[in-house]
Amino acid sequence: MSRSDLPALTIADLQSLLRRKEISPREVINSLRARIENVEPKIDAYLSIDFEAAAKEAEKVDVDLPLGGVPIAIKDIINVKGQPCTCASKILANYRSPYDATIILKLRASGVIPFGKTNMDEFAMGSSTENSSVKVTRNPWDLSRVPGGSSGGSAAAVAADAAFGGLGTDTGGSIRQPASLCGVVGVKPSYGRVSRFGLVAFASSLDQVGPLTKTVRDSALIMNAMAGHDEFDSTSLNEPLPDYTKNLGHDFKGMRLGLPKEYMIEGIDPQVKSAVDAAIKQLQSLGAEIVDVSLPHTDYGIAVYYFLATAEASANLARFDGVRYGYRAKDPTDLLDHYGRTREEGFGAEVKRRIILGTYVLSSGYYDAYYVRAQKVRELIRQDFVKAFEKVDAIVSPTSPVPAFKLGERTADPLAMYLADIFTNTGNLAGICGISVPCGLAKVNGSQLPIGLQILGKALDEARIFQIAHAYEQSTSWHKSKSPNSINPKSEIRNKSGADDRD
Amino acid sequence: MAKASDLDVAYVSKLARLNLTNEETQLFQKQLADVLKYAEKLGEVDVSHVEAAAHAIPIFNVFREDEPRDWFTAEEALSNAPHKANQLFIVTKVVE
Repeated sequence: MSRSDLPALTIADLQSLLRRKEISPREVINSLRARIENVEPKIDAYLSIDFEAAAKEAEKVDVDLPLGGVPIAIKDIINVKGQPCTCASKILANYRSPYDATIILKLRASGVIPFGKTNMDEFAMGSSTENSSVKVTRNPWDLSRVPGGSSGGSAAAVAADAAFGGLGTDTGGSIRQPASLCGVVGVKPSYGRVSRFGLVAFASSLDQVGPLTKTVRDSALIMNAMAGHDEFDSTSLNEPLPDYTKNLGHDFKGMRLGLPKEYMIEGIDPQVKSAVDAAIKQLQSLGAEIVDVSLPHTDYGIAVYYFLATAEASANLARFDGVRYGYRAKDPTDLLDHYGRTREEGFGAEVKRRIILGTYVLSSGYYDAYYVRAQKVRELIRQDFVKAFEKVDAIVSPTSPVPAFKLGERTADPLAMYLADIFTNTGNLAGICGISVPCGLAKVNGSQLPIGLQILGKALDEARIFQIAHAYEQSTSWHKSKSPNSINPKSEIRNKSGADDRD
Repeated sequence: MAKASDLDVAYVSKLARLNLTNEETQLFQKQLADVLKYAEKLGEVDVSHVEAAAHAIPIFNVFREDEPRDWFTAEEALSNAPHKANQLFIVTKVVE
């Protein structure tokens, strides 16, 4: 492999080359820099990059650490000391983080180099990354299409070999859906599994940070470094942390996988449906038993989600008042003018829309009818999963009902955009874990567009969904299919027998 | 159940301390009415015996030792302030 091809490597392979001293951390940064300079003009995945700082860190990093010398792209909603943290919003355009989030400290302690910040929907509100106030990120599989969102920058960067791996956040599907649309692996950990201290809050009862990577093993490696209790996050769970790579490669004969009948909705793309059906057959052939389950309150998920997420957002975003940090409107006449214009000029349309909806559902006279009722239906959704998990070990479904849609196709209709999260948001409402893994390619107008398989697991059962996803991945070759904007793209999908398990 | 037509975006924007242009007010009025109409389905669900869930995995009484530690210096705390002087945040006048 030539040095310029290094960014095509998985994290696991990169780290083993680093540990064997076949390459140096400095060479890794240099090759990644060249790669980003080459492909970034086409995909626009990054909001800021600090190669100088990364090169300095590369000089002193210990390659014997679990992720020693591995550069990771960070969604621009997570604080990395000294770097901007804009949430793709004008209101934070000039903000620089004075501290590291707990997860960044943990990743640094494992040898990770957080070198750059990725594009996103403003404050993580969106499913296409088109709500960024800065720029439009393009899907490496088809540059006229969205990468998904809100973690679209991290997903597109990984898919285009412009990052070895990335971090995203998932409030209603914002890791899994872009992972699906860009053909990479994305994980939403269980609520409370990963610290959120230093994450800019959107909807605090739903947000989780998770990895986006080329393989399931890479996600497990990042989770090993990042997950665990943090006394600075009161929602962080103080539970033992397993080694997430331990079960990889174990077969799962007798594992029971649930197929929710409510997920076979109208409006699901026929190519998505047939790819997921084929994936289920594949899981069966690997020894899984497929069991029909019912999640009867699924259809209420989007409505519940948009009441609760916007209510929490309206409260969380009250901190953007133009006093301690962020944008402040010029020459306010009084305090109300100061707040009203600072927020008018600082926030984009979708953020404003959600603050209005959230304020409304919390307002006097509507609180019980909307917010409290939504919380109650949320409990029923959670109970649906508890009951289903009495019968099965994990649940499988499509990640997104459709492959990547065109830029601009859904921006005029917020409700249509909200429905992009139809299979993912209930996982956040229930606090469980989920992963999206590539399971096919749809052919649409001459483009090949990735399809994702979602595997949902019980709360704190990440090790099991990693095991299932890894076994599936290694028995197929979808994770090896490369976008036309990846290094050495191969649009031809190799025969399944060509899959090799390096584990 | 409250009605979608109850929403008054201009009034709510005052509660939210968020100025909107006339165009935004009209656009959001229509778009959010659509969202509220979609969400009317929540009225179908029998929730009479359900407790509201604020968190999927609630934990209670989360404390840590109250020990002093190094944190921001005044300079760091002020480093992102839009307006500052003499190690203080300068705010908009609130009293006459």
